[in-house]
Amino acid sequence: MKISVSLTVNGKPVAAEVEARTLLVQFLRENLQLTGTHVGCDTAQCGACTILVDGKAVKSCNMLAVQAQGAKLTTIEGLAANGELHPMQEAFKRHHGLQCGFCTPGMVMTAIGLSAQNKNPTEAQIREALDGNFCRCTGYHNIVKAVKSGIEEMA
Amino acid sequence: MTDTTVREKSTTAKSPAAAPTGPMGARLQRKEDMRFLTGAGQYTDDVKLANQSYAYFLRSPHAHARIKSIRTEKAAGASGVLAIYTGNDIPATVGGLPCGWLITGTDGKPMKEPKHPILAQGKVRHVGDQLALVVADSLDQARAAAEMIEVDYEPLPAVVDVRDALKKGAPAVHDEAPDNVCYVWALGDKAAVDAGFAKAAHVTTLEFVNNRLIPNAIEPRACNAAYNRADDSYTLYVSNQNPHVERLLMTAFVLGLPEHRVRVIAPDVGGGFGSKIYLYAEETVCVWASKQVGRPIKWTADRSEAFVSDAHGRDHVTKAELALDKDGKFIAMRVKTSAAMGAYLSTFASCIPTILYATLLAGQYTTPAIHCEVTAVFTNTAPVDAYRGAGRPEATYVVERLVATAATEMKIAQDELRRRNFIRTFPYSTPVALTYDIGDYDACLNGAMELADVPGFPQRKAEAARRGKLRGLGYASYIEACGLAPSNIAGALGARAGLFEAGEVRVHPTGKVTVFTGSHSHGQGHETTFSQVVAARLGIPVDDVDVVHGDTDRIPFGMGTYGSRSLSVGGAAIVKAMDKIVAKGRKIAAHLMEVSDVDVEFQDGKFTVKGTDKSKTFGEVALTAYVPHNYPLDKLEPGLDETAFYDPTNFTYPAGTHICEVEVDPQTGETRIVNFTAVDDFGNIVNPMIVEGQVHGGVAQGIGQALLEGCVYDRESGQLLTGSYMDYAMPRAADLPNFKVDTRVTACTHNPLGVKGCGEAGAIGAPAAVMNAICDAVGVKDVEMPATSERVWRAIRSKG
Repeated sequence: MKISVSLTVNGKPVAAEVEARTLLVQFLRENLQLTGTHVGCDTAQCGACTILVDGKAVKSCNMLAVQAQGAKLTTIEGLAANGELHPMQEAFKRHHGLQCGFCTPGMVMTAIGLSAQNKNPTEAQIREALDGNFCRCTGYHNIVKAVKSGIEEMA
Repeated sequence: MTDTTVREKSTTAKSPAAAPTGPMGARLQRKEDMRFLTGAGQYTDDVKLANQSYAYFLRSPHAHARIKSIRTEKAAGASGVLAIYTGNDIPATVGGLPCGWLITGTDGKPMKEPKHPILAQGKVRHVGDQLALVVADSLDQARAAAEMIEVDYEPLPAVVDVRDALKKGAPAVHDEAPDNVCYVWALGDKAAVDAGFAKAAHVTTLEFVNNRLIPNAIEPRACNAAYNRADDSYTLYVSNQNPHVERLLMTAFVLGLPEHRVRVIAPDVGGGFGSKIYLYAEETVCVWASKQVGRPIKWTADRSEAFVSDAHGRDHVTKAELALDKDGKFIAMRVKTSAAMGAYLSTFASCIPTILYATLLAGQYTTPAIHCEVTAVFTNTAPVDAYRGAGRPEATYVVERLVATAATEMKIAQDELRRRNFIRTFPYSTPVALTYDIGDYDACLNGAMELADVPGFPQRKAEAARRGKLRGLGYASYIEACGLAPSNIAGALGARAGLFEAGEVRVHPTGKVTVFTGSHSHGQGHETTFSQVVAARLGIPVDDVDVVHGDTDRIPFGMGTYGSRSLSVGGAAIVKAMDKIVAKGRKIAAHLMEVSDVDVEFQDGKFTVKGTDKSKTFGEVALTAYVPHNYPLDKLEPGLDETAFYDPTNFTYPAGTHICEVEVDPQTGETRIVNFTAVDDFGNIVNPMIVEGQVHGGVAQGIGQALLEGCVYDRESGQLLTGSYMDYAMPRAADLPNFKVDTRVTACTHNPLGVKGCGEAGAIGAPAAVMNAICDAVGVKDVEMPATSERVWRAIRSKG
């Protein structure tokens, strides 16, 4: 059964008919070709699919597309404006907070989500906030530095 | 670094240059980051081809079973289904997946190589063994149809642990190996070792398991295979570390396709760690089926599928003994290991616990006699193959756990016992077949002790004790053999492939450069590092250099990335190609300046003539090569585009010391890493930022092995108990400390960049360092990895 859904993605209105069981991440990747949001697991653990839903970091594999009715979504593709990286993207680059790049969009989104809740997080708080995002490449050392620096830059 | 023929040969390590002036040694931000940070990266699952269809694999729920029948009729009629294939549909001309390394046993016979069918035939041999492929218009349809396939299994007894598999009367995984033994192999002088033990003043003995790990690159394996009717060719997108090897094995050994009609593209790859070296069944079946179906077929593993179908790592059971004289000099080492192969031989499975393991047992020490016997064992589990470090973490674990235990038993300080046995003259030939070209083990040990503030440890331990906590310090002074490999040596040891690397340097008329490399980057930052090497040599801006990898239609035949080889072998090939570019450039410049080419020098992007002010820029020479109006056409071809293949003359030997400091809560056994220090000698360093990142990541995986990760199969049923992220403990941000890392430099003597490789060091050194620290803190001889709170708590209680 198809259900109508309308929402805002990266500032643009989107309307579509989707299967009721379509996951939000599938909708982004398959219907909207926003392939920057990744799928790394099937148990909502890895966080590679994290996006912003009304400003909050949400795992888009753990939400149905129809649940996003009326929501404002931001994906990794929607962060840079006019060719300028978002301060969090810039911080990840500056601190070598990414290697293979697969977990990166989810990490950046989680970090931006954290920034809305805590303007001056300690290292321990950052590590705690990244609990739902796996990185297999960096050992998190540089990600933690990047998140701290990115949040400072956003202030 | 501009002259590649003159290198430092000092055996004393230096600290890396503090402030480099050119691109070599600079902490340049990565070129590849922009696309990854903006969602513009293109991983295999991001590729959607016209008329795309989707694959789903039906997999065995049993660890071992006879397939009595498979009925696909109902499923074939399901909505959207295009085709269903089982092992019975695969033509007899299609071969099994090959193993790339032949190990000859101590009995002189070749290892057992049972067929590894691309879809199970007759029997399934591990949970997750692929049984049938369903192709449909959508993934949901393929998955739904797979559930309608009726399989009648006759379950058979299964064996998943090497100790069980070697017992008399154990179920046989393959009829060809009734005792489950793939080979028994040995290295070293057994008589000399026995003589050494006979005169020992002290013998340290350890028995332990090196725990099985699941690699878990965050991008699951994926492929997208398309057949092109117009020219009878195939294109395969695949998440893979070595596209040419993938193509060669698939076409020549399995499908019998013309190699030149298959294009393999490994686009952005989301981590590999070894698990994406191999030729797997899934992409092979999809390539074959793409012609039958007539539409491109995409398959992407679920994480649950990855757990049961990716090649795993480690899984050794070992008894190790070290003989010492009264002064703590190592006299001999004896090691006996049983290594799991899993249900089938994966691409390089056989060489991991042999060639990449036993040869490293000398470590950094002068132990004169070493003998190692390895029994490779089939089990009803996913195959086991290289995982970051591949044999060398296991070897380091043997050596450094023995050394640490011996030091404790003989009451000699950890650093002191190591120093009494360090190799200090180079080149040094070990009793286990390697010749170390250079190193300075004292420098890394001293550097690590300083950075870890070892002198302050007693005070920190006392302070922890006041809080009721136990602190421990653990060392691991590791060595690895990287830069795989001299092809002739590898061939003599059983390799069925060459191990060179290829690079093409294409200078464009405007002086911009594209490098085509056989190496493959899946996180290592080659686009940046290789650009730095090229920019430094040609004297052009780093931004004028692009690096292309991962496409068999664009790059020369290359062996890909594994074994920390990319810069030392792949980078060397690029340097050799640039040597040809510069040599030709000198001739062109000489013609333009009307001098002899022997008088032309090239430096900082300029061709100059000794003793004159004549000069031509690199850009002028490039333009002339492509607009050859004033050009020695009678002597020289136009164009400036050179390819080189580089085959190393030796392995490289990165080495270092890692020091781990842990704090254990004796009430709960909870273990926290409070300090982790790594001081490594990777030879010359091109981009320290990238090198540090590689060490961080390797250490995290090593800590993961020591504290958290362990693949567990149920010993009765053969079911995988750690089959998801809710069961398999991946290291998370809060599990890990900040790392203190530094380097010392002794330049590799036999490759043009003087580099050794840095990708695996962390995973090699860290497990032993962590476990030595825990044993030190708790005061026990051994704790099994992963050292969960429960195991540490039990170890504390075991002391009574």
